[in-house]
Amino acid sequence: MKPGDWAVLLLFAAGTGALAPIAFSGGAAEKAVVRRDGIVVAELPLTQARRIEVAGALGTSVIEVQPGRARVAADPGPRQYCVRQGWLTQPNAIAICAPSHISLSIAGRAASHDSLSY
Amino acid sequence: MPAASIELTATADDHRIARYAAAAIALSVVEAAIPMPLPGVKPGLANIITLVVLARYGWRDAVWVSLLRVVAGSLLLGQFLAPGFFLSLAGALASLLALGLAMHLPKRGFGPVSQSLIAAFAHIAGQLAVARLWLVPHDGLFYLLPFFALAALLFGLANGLAAAKLLEEPPQPH
Repeated sequence: MKPGDWAVLLLFAAGTGALAPIAFSGGAAEKAVVRRDGIVVAELPLTQARRIEVAGALGTSVIEVQPGRARVAADPGPRQYCVRQGWLTQPNAIAICAPSHISLSIAGRAASHDSLSY
Repeated sequence: MPAASIELTATADDHRIARYAAAAIALSVVEAAIPMPLPGVKPGLANIITLVVLARYGWRDAVWVSLLRVVAGSLLLGQFLAPGFFLSLAGALASLLALGLAMHLPKRGFGPVSQSLIAAFAHIAGQLAVARLWLVPHDGLFYLLPFFALAALLFGLANGLAAAKLLEEPPQPH
């Protein structure tokens, strides 16, 4: 091993180390999945901002998507739990509007958790 | 009427390249028997030969030995023109290009270990590029990147050390 070899080795080792987080990230959030009564009514890619209205049991809920995140922007439910949950960013995070029978979840590639809620 | 005959004369160069290519092919057949946890991850022992040829006889011979090894090795393993063959070929071409540049690093500071590491990382880069563009057109492929990089680091280092050891001895007269 010459001095330059050590330098090259360290460089590539550092590069490999820098890549390590990818292995543990559990998959980037990819799309928002909206369900009513467990049936998928919309799948929105998390690449472009969009707002959609979904007809729920109590009325209309508004789902808002921005690049990399999604939320329930408005829901007619009495306690507003799913709205107050705010932006969902992690794969498998889920906001459930039980009175409206609507849920919003984030789907990623690799399932690091069965579900995430707060 | 006598049949037209073509006479092929093998030069000393051809014999030398064939000899090294045979060694490289043998190594790639041997390592195919080693089980690996991830598809596409291999020690790449044949690259030891490529490095030795590069150091002793230059880039042109290294290209010959490497490409002969890819083609003949895949024929022996029944992989010729299968996806694995194109991945090997892409990796080999990428690492040969990288070696063509890396061989101009100053000899005083950089040895076969540097070249081996650079070639190993070029190899996974070429392989992943082909895999992403053609075989698995999905970004999910890049989740394997840390594992490929780790393999390139370890096997690049090991192969480089092996090549450096072999190069300490003068070439056998043929």
